[in-house]
Amino acid sequence: MKPDSNNVVQFTQVNKWYDKLHVLKDINLSINKGEKWVICGPSGSGKSTLIRCINGLEPFQKGKLTVNGLALDSLSEINTIRQQVGMVFQQFNLFPHLSTLQNCTLAPMKVRGLNEAQATEIAMHYLSRVNIAEKAHQYPNQLSGGQQQRVALARALAMEPEIMLFDEPTSALDPEMIKEVLDAMIELADSGITMVCVTHEMGFARQVADHIVFMDQGEIIETAQPSDFFENPRSKRTQQFLDQILTH
Amino acid sequence: MYYVAVSLRWLKDNLFSNAVNTLTTLSLTAFLLWSLPPLIDWMIINASFVGSSNNDCNNEGACWVFIREFFPRLMFGSYPESERWRIYSTGIIAILFIFTARQYHRTAFSVILFGLFSIIAVTLLYGGFLGLSRVDTHQWGGLFLTIVIATVGIVGAFPLGILLALGRQSHLPVIRAFCHVFIELWRGVPLITVLFMASVMLPLFLPDNIDINKLLRALLCIMLFASAYLAEVIRGGLQSLPSGQQEAASALGLTYWQQMRYIILPQALQRVIPGIVNTFIGLFKDTTLVLIIGLFDFLGIVQSAATNPEWLGRANEGYAFAALIFWIFCFSMSRYSLHLERKQDQ
Repeated sequence: MKPDSNNVVQFTQVNKWYDKLHVLKDINLSINKGEKWVICGPSGSGKSTLIRCINGLEPFQKGKLTVNGLALDSLSEINTIRQQVGMVFQQFNLFPHLSTLQNCTLAPMKVRGLNEAQATEIAMHYLSRVNIAEKAHQYPNQLSGGQQQRVALARALAMEPEIMLFDEPTSALDPEMIKEVLDAMIELADSGITMVCVTHEMGFARQVADHIVFMDQGEIIETAQPSDFFENPRSKRTQQFLDQILTH
Repeated sequence: MYYVAVSLRWLKDNLFSNAVNTLTTLSLTAFLLWSLPPLIDWMIINASFVGSSNNDCNNEGACWVFIREFFPRLMFGSYPESERWRIYSTGIIAILFIFTARQYHRTAFSVILFGLFSIIAVTLLYGGFLGLSRVDTHQWGGLFLTIVIATVGIVGAFPLGILLALGRQSHLPVIRAFCHVFIELWRGVPLITVLFMASVMLPLFLPDNIDINKLLRALLCIMLFASAYLAEVIRGGLQSLPSGQQEAASALGLTYWQQMRYIILPQALQRVIPGIVNTFIGLFKDTTLVLIIGLFDFLGIVQSAATNPEWLGRANEGYAFAALIFWIFCFSMSRYSLHLERKQDQ
């Protein structure tokens, strides 16, 4: 069966164990081009593990996962997939020994084979887009958390990926910096890129997401459109989770 | 009056601020007063500087005539006097190449330059072609030999140590086990036994017609020995990096070697500069052990000169001079490491 050409990420019965611990249970998920997905759930529910499978940071033991029609099993395909999939991490993970600009030009030069002028032009374009071009020649430790996360977003975008993964991008930020990062992500969402976000920002989910996935204990409990998810959650566990996170 | 007050204040703050500090100050002063004057008497005031034989020296002070007479041998061993310009030239070319490499900051360029230098250095120092007469390695000696062994050891051990450190973290079990065994084997035996085995026992196992140069064997041993220590120092640096660095580099699609080259190693090596330099200083001093396989490095020449019948009883001067020279080299390395650390902090 040939997959639908609109389909960019396809999980089929994916299972993962850490030794005895079953962290992903029979995951099935089909993400189409241009869609925005938000994955939420209590901590330890496997949502970060799930998203990290998409670019091969986490191996899984059973099932099938394809990204743009390429299966995540051989090493060479993982590198091809990683060029099409950008990722933003909770802890930013900028390279502290490189300037902001160098953080954004390294991979385009070494992986995509661009020359320095081309890579700089692209990097400056994306740094401007996240409103941080004026910090291009500073080092990560001279920037605030929100600024660092925006640089991390520009670094991922400079590879011009088709899919962007966000692994709790605002969880390590001080409250007053969350908005600047969310604004940059909302602006990015308007561009039509495919986005998969693990986040607790329900306001963002409501505004941007096409689909919301709720996970608990390694299982997908519920997949729904935002309006249904917030107003008529089907499962009891979803209801409990929403009560906890929306009432504070 | 003002300066007197400031000085008294400084003394009180820094030397006599409480009973323990006062006692420490007084006992250290007493120790210096007791030990320094006789040392200065021996080294300078009663020392003999002119002359050409042991008879020109008095027995009250040091006989620096001894060092002066043996100076060429201490520096170059038996390297023929008429050929010593080749050593000077190699030194000058080395300095020129280092400055050129630093101008450009391109690793590939530095590697090419280094390869070129190796060829030039072997040609010049060993000779045997291009009209240069051959100077066999058994004629090499003195400080020159010490520097050759230390340089080759350091330059060879560094990349090898990096590979071993990476290998020990590899997810491929065969590579990991090989690196682990290699490191534990070399760290577990004294260098002196390794040198002895390489020089005395290895020829017993090899066919008669194969003769590996003695210096080459010593170089290889010291290089492998130091690389095992270095690997563990570098592994410490690798482990100190947060795992997010490699994850971010992987997520961008960089290959394993690109991740190491551009992201992981620059940070890991920077964190362990003091440990790396410590290993190199140890290696520099370990080069003196080559004496037991019959190579006359700097300390070897000092020892053989001190047993010369015409200069009996001059071992003190020899060892004092050796200590000074070794200290200068090791202290320079330590200053250079501080300079590197500060440069990176900026």
